[in-house]
Amino acid sequence: MEVVLAIVIGVLYAGGLYLMMRPNLIQLIIGLGLLSHGANLLIFTAGGLRKGGAPILADGEKVFTILPADPLPQALILTAIVISFAVTAFALVLFLRTYQTVGTADVDELKGTDT
Amino acid sequence: MILLPVLPIILPLAGAILCMFARRNLVAQKLISILSSALMFGVSIALLSEVRNGDIVVMNVGQWAAPFGITLVVDMLAAILLVLSGLMALSVSIYAYFGLDQDRVRFGFFPLLLIMMVGVNGAFVAGDLFNLYVWFEVLLTASFILLALGGERPQLEGSIKYVTLNLLSSALFLAGIGILYGMAGTLNMAQLARVVQEDGHGGLVMMVAIMFLMGFGIKAGMFPLYFWLPASYPTPPAAVTALFSGLLTKVGAYALIRMFTLVFITDPEFLHGLILAGAGLTMVSGVLAAASHYEMRKILAVHIVSQIGYVLMGLGLFSKLALTGTVIYLIHVIIVKTNLFLLAGAVHRLKGSYDLKKLGGLYKERPGLSILFFLSAMSLAGLPPLSGFFAKLTLIIAALRAESWLIVGVALGVSLLTLYSMTKIWAYVFWKPAPEPLPDLDPMPKGKWFLFLLPMMTLTVITIAIGVFAGSVFDYAEMAAGQLMDPSGYIQAVLGGE
Repeated sequence: MEVVLAIVIGVLYAGGLYLMMRPNLIQLIIGLGLLSHGANLLIFTAGGLRKGGAPILADGEKVFTILPADPLPQALILTAIVISFAVTAFALVLFLRTYQTVGTADVDELKGTDT
Repeated sequence: MILLPVLPIILPLAGAILCMFARRNLVAQKLISILSSALMFGVSIALLSEVRNGDIVVMNVGQWAAPFGITLVVDMLAAILLVLSGLMALSVSIYAYFGLDQDRVRFGFFPLLLIMMVGVNGAFVAGDLFNLYVWFEVLLTASFILLALGGERPQLEGSIKYVTLNLLSSALFLAGIGILYGMAGTLNMAQLARVVQEDGHGGLVMMVAIMFLMGFGIKAGMFPLYFWLPASYPTPPAAVTALFSGLLTKVGAYALIRMFTLVFITDPEFLHGLILAGAGLTMVSGVLAAASHYEMRKILAVHIVSQIGYVLMGLGLFSKLALTGTVIYLIHVIIVKTNLFLLAGAVHRLKGSYDLKKLGGLYKERPGLSILFFLSAMSLAGLPPLSGFFAKLTLIIAALRAESWLIVGVALGVSLLTLYSMTKIWAYVFWKPAPEPLPDLDPMPKGKWFLFLLPMMTLTVITIAIGVFAGSVFDYAEMAAGQLMDPSGYIQAVLGGE
């Protein structure tokens, strides 16, 4: 399972970075999205993939009888997803506004502030 | 007081919420912003006096014990930076009260400023990595909007680069966090430090260290990852740029200092050598790029990069004296850089231009403003007895002791070129006669002008005072550096035990 996920993460990173280097703003934002999905899956995989119950102790139990799944990576990913959702929404608005102001979605045209 | 470490986060947050309630009342927003920044500054001073004797203040939010709950940690370095961030928020709020156009205030400049301060202060007190990440995102999101606020074409173009590269750096940071968690099973910085020290994990730690170096390096503006900075920082109004230049890149530098003195110290030969090489190249490329520009904001923005080089130089040398130099340099550059941008903004407000070739003769018209600029510019270049001199002196002595002759030469040469850039601004904007006289735009009455200049005067006085009382500043910085070089105190304060 780890191997499959590692390949998936690699593909997500490669695809994300490739799209970010394309000249189109829409491709740029899809690339950013893929990149953050890759990072989330990476946390998920690195946090340990195992079958286990919910990490909740039943009444009267002091220790887990079966080793439960680690809830922390999932909490981290949830936070990261919310953040990347908000940031992507903002980036979409920014890109739309830029498109309206500048009149092009070509990143190579946006050189006004480079020199 | 037990709640003290959390107040620098809560106060600006409360201010921002109040500002949003007073959405239509712009004067109320301005006053709320000034008041909450002043309170934040006061609280930070109180925190500084708490840690003055070398204690480390630790707060476990909700009483959840250290490695499991959210931990806020304030050591000397964090306390110094909190005081500076409070001072900067206060100065920029007062400046923006008079100096920012109504449209941007109407679209929420002040609440955004305060939310950014929430993120900045949160990053300084965060005791675990995931919180650091979240605070980074808070300050980044607020800074995205501040940068684009106003929607002028250069701002939008700059924002796209800023947003894209910062998101890339956050993704790297997040991936690094994930791998660290998988490796060590914790994200609490103190426990991470302990785990990494106890059982090496060699190669994996190294890889994560490089990911963090890249992630924070982009945010701090380190060579060769700084190209977003000169493209985006000069585009918004001076109040925004001043705040960004004073605090945002410094949060990146702070994160680098924290991680590379606490956790990633297993192979200083390689890692800190890499940082030192990066620091030297950052200085040189920044200062050379500045020499080619003829726009005040551009010159100052590219100089942020070369100043970051000095800050990282101390980290790269990795000795107590060098880190002392880094801390003094951080204090110095946050104050002076913000002040220079505010002064450039004041010039722009008077004459409507940042262009060196169009401006001129300001010394005759506004001697007070000119002297403030002169003092800050000379302090940046490192002339005695101003703050920059002692900061650079400490760093260079540390480099001499480490016998890194190359970095000594680079630091001195870059300092000279900084002097060249600063005298260029001085000569063009203030000294030479104006090519064609520009009319005073929007002349302020005397009293208002004085209040407008008040934050700049205060900051200039502080940069002189740091030079005059260099001894006691050195003592504080040395204590901060001592805590950084010997992380066992930090670890013990957070986790307790041996």
